[in-house]
Amino acid sequence: MCNVCGCGQGTVEGHSHDDSHHHHHHHGEHRDIHYGTGAAGVAVPGMSQDRLIELEADILSKNDAFAAANRTRLAATGTLALNLVSSPGSGKTSLLVRTIERLGAHPVAVIEGDQQTTNDADRIRATGAPAVQVNTGKGCHLDGQMVGHALDHLPLEQGTVLFIENVGNLVCPAGFDLGEDCKVAILSVTEGEDKPLKYPDMFTASRLALLNKTDLAPHCDVDLDLYEANLRRVNPEIEVQRVSARTGEGLDAWITWLNARLAAKQAEDTAA
Amino acid sequence: MHEMALCEGIRGIIQDQARAQNFSRVRRLRLEIGRFAGVQKEALAFAFDVVMRGSEAEGAELEMLDLPGRAVCYDCEAEVEIDDRFAPCPRCGGGKLMPTGGSEMRILDMEVT
Ligand SMILES: Nc1nc2c(ncn2[C@@H]2O[C@H](COP(=O)(O)OP(=O)(O)OP(=O)(O)O)[C@@H](O)[C@H]2O)c(=O)[nH]1
Ligand SMILES: [Mg+2]
Ligand SMILES: [Zn+2]
Repeated sequence: MCNVCGCGQGTVEGHSHDDSHHHHHHHGEHRDIHYGTGAAGVAVPGMSQDRLIELEADILSKNDAFAAANRTRLAATGTLALNLVSSPGSGKTSLLVRTIERLGAHPVAVIEGDQQTTNDADRIRATGAPAVQVNTGKGCHLDGQMVGHALDHLPLEQGTVLFIENVGNLVCPAGFDLGEDCKVAILSVTEGEDKPLKYPDMFTASRLALLNKTDLAPHCDVDLDLYEANLRRVNPEIEVQRVSARTGEGLDAWITWLNARLAAKQAEDTAA
Repeated sequence: MHEMALCEGIRGIIQDQARAQNFSRVRRLRLEIGRFAGVQKEALAFAFDVVMRGSEAEGAELEMLDLPGRAVCYDCEAEVEIDDRFAPCPRCGGGKLMPTGGSEMRILDMEVT
């Protein structure tokens, strides 16, 4: 059961357990993808004979296989894929809009994950960048298969930066690889310094944390150094940048970081 | 972690195995769950019963085995076992630990007919 959004709370309706449920969706006006309706299970007949099957199989192995396929596909175009994870409302879409403006002519593509609405993809498209909205229905995270399907509808030129805005949720997305190069966690200063300690997995899995809404820091008694110290306590290797999507403060360092990742990615792909 | 989605993963693996290994029923399933996997066992057990309905594993007995938490200490560079995500290093008392194990979520084995 999801502890954050409570999805799956005893209801199986609209939360399909059939493997084929990912194909039961429709494409909206902008090729947006909506999940949430499912088909009944499939029974497989077999022969009877008691035995033990030793598996040692990772429970998320199916997701990992989809993620690996995405990774191969993204490497073919030298695409840098970033999985943006955060709680709802930390400022992911606002930061993306600003970032896309700053990247200018550089090729960018966006996958927007939300349970409902196409608001975020609409905001991205207003910048001129291609975006696909994935509505997860009751699902509280994107998975590898959803992202693979979204990739079918995105133009990826050589050296594209692909931003995947995950569903706002500090718990579930941590466990689901999408085929990204790395996760970037976005926190807003108003959420409280203890969030990294309360939801450590997400920050352990992230390479960079963007501490957003620094313009609000003077109004909300937040200790930004403590915030950073708590991030490093759960992940000694995490990089931290302070930014404000509103004022643009700190965005230069973020763009520099992006360009460095992109250069590293391209060096890696030509070497491979 | 999302226990419902985990159970869907388990169900998918069982269905693939049922086809490949030709069985129709799972009697008992053993999982290995790392201490830091973020899995709530009661929630997983509840979701398991719901999600397995109509599958080969409907009514199967579920057993969950714990795997310890492990981390590398940045101070003494040892790989240590820890019970708590924020525990200090048991060797040197250092506070900078990077988890290296304990996030496992695996199907160990299953008894089928
Ligand atoms: N003051 C201030 N407000 C911000 C900043 N960044 C975002 N906001 C505001 O925070 C609210 C949420 O921003 P979004 O960009 O929609 O956040 P999000 O993380 O994409 O939200 P979800 O996708 O719904 O999880 C909006 O009202 C933004 O205007 C910032 O740097 N400073
Ligand atoms: Mg958003
Ligand atoms: Zn130590």
